[in-house]
Amino acid sequence: MHTQRIENTDARAKSLRSTILKMIHAGKSGHPGGSFSCLDIIMTLFDGILRHDPKNPTWENRDRLILSKGHGVPALYAVLAEVGYFPKDWLMTLRQLGSPLQGHPDRIRMPATEAATGSLGQGLSIAQGIAMAAKLDGSDYHTYCVIGDGETQEGQIWEVAMSAPKFKLDNLTVITDYNRGQIDGKTDDVMSLEPLGAKWKAFNWNVVEVDGHDRAALKKVLPTRVAGKPTMIIANTVKGKGVSFMEGVIDWHGVAPDDDQLKKACSELEGVSK
Amino acid sequence: MKATRDSFGEELALLGEKDKRIVVLDADLSKSTKSEKFAKKFPDRFFEMGIAEANMISTAAGLGMSGKVAFACSFGCFLTGRYDQIRMSVAYNRANVKLIGTHAGIAIGEDGHSQMGLEDVGLLRALPEFSIYQPADDQETRAIIRYVTNDPQPCYIRLTRQKLPTLYKDAFEFKPGLWSVLSKGSKVALIGTGGLVHSLAEANAKMGSKFTVVNAASLKPIDTKLLTELSANYEWIVTAEDHYTIGGLGSAVAEFIAELPANQRKARLHRIGVETFGESGSPEEIYRHYKLDGEGMAERLKKAIAA
Repeated sequence: MHTQRIENTDARAKSLRSTILKMIHAGKSGHPGGSFSCLDIIMTLFDGILRHDPKNPTWENRDRLILSKGHGVPALYAVLAEVGYFPKDWLMTLRQLGSPLQGHPDRIRMPATEAATGSLGQGLSIAQGIAMAAKLDGSDYHTYCVIGDGETQEGQIWEVAMSAPKFKLDNLTVITDYNRGQIDGKTDDVMSLEPLGAKWKAFNWNVVEVDGHDRAALKKVLPTRVAGKPTMIIANTVKGKGVSFMEGVIDWHGVAPDDDQLKKACSELEGVSK
Repeated sequence: MKATRDSFGEELALLGEKDKRIVVLDADLSKSTKSEKFAKKFPDRFFEMGIAEANMISTAAGLGMSGKVAFACSFGCFLTGRYDQIRMSVAYNRANVKLIGTHAGIAIGEDGHSQMGLEDVGLLRALPEFSIYQPADDQETRAIIRYVTNDPQPCYIRLTRQKLPTLYKDAFEFKPGLWSVLSKGSKVALIGTGGLVHSLAEANAKMGSKFTVVNAASLKPIDTKLLTELSANYEWIVTAEDHYTIGGLGSAVAEFIAELPANQRKARLHRIGVETFGESGSPEEIYRHYKLDGEGMAERLKKAIAA
């Protein structure tokens, strides 16, 4: 088994958040709020849960991770660089002309992202297709897919909610990054998803709830499987998690920090002024 | 006489025996798209997705990105109605997906406008690294299905509900970007695609068989070599398609010849297509009414080119 593990510690989480913010600052645009809310989930997946090989990103038997909420991709890029998919100095090329680090995932320029996403709702169907291919081939790789809570307002998400149980995709695990915010406001105000867990249960999914920033708890629930059923992990998260003035502030959904904000955030995350 | 959707269903069921990569998805129209022939033979490789075309198209992309050749089938209008899924999940991912859109054009008849694919080619022609083919008979359909199965690029295949006469007696190898000259004449080149190839051939016969008739099955890429030759040596190029006049074959031809150097831009262009929303009626009545049958086509030609 090929598995390059990330150092799944609070210190590493802080340093990655600092890196992500610097990337978004360098790229002059991006989505800090949703990148921070899904970071602990992605880190934990790379802590011995995903079977993968950074030297061979298209290895047939790798587990797949599809970031359907494609705007959170800075978090994925930071983790991929950390475990050795590409040199860390590429990170600061985010969103720049010619960079493989596109503003949203692009599997041709960066195969490790698995699928181009960003038009919300589609990545989950793609993940379903990949899981169906594994079943057909008798392959034992597992497919993970991270979706957003705002994304869950897309009708296509509910089309998969119906279809994945029909195809008995117990090799598919979906994680909802439930950070309760989206561009136009609080998810509960824009278009409430509640009762979210009950909805997925009613669609015949194995549903688990977890604190999406408790990496020890995530590590326990991410491998959860129930024979014959896909699994939905509802991860309760905080938008902008980790930086005091960003946490829970909707306006940090899709803007880059200015020089002062970056400095302030990094000094919080790194404990020193840089 | 045979509908190209029937030829598709039969050929796919044949190919499925040899090629285990083939998987087929349908959205509750397998009896109409004829994917049911494959479904009956290979139930494990057929996925009934229900009436959820967006999910079907993106799921096909996931399968196509995992070593499968995924055929996603529905009426052309319902596939292209999910343009974003085609644009992102299929095209941008370069997923090995073959979109099979049946019930092309107003020729479907009684069901009326909502079921007619009339803007499908126009929408899809804009996508880079994406091909569009429309066969005009049984053998051509089979040749195209065989070809696309072995070509990893995503594509759209436009098929008819109505039965079409035979153009090619024997099996042949399909080549994209290559149109076939069905009969050679002079002055006027009649270029049709799908069912309207037959209407053009009929009109040409009524008018003394003096024109050149071309079957343009490869809508993207188009046959630029043949078009250059026709543009430089003919007085008229006439295109005909059961699709809105805007966006399809006629537009592709117009775009190409408009950019040719002046000395190769001799032929004038006349485009025949559908100019309005569709409506109900028997297929024969509809084609007569819209002047897309052989007789109507001859009337149009006489008026347009005053030949």
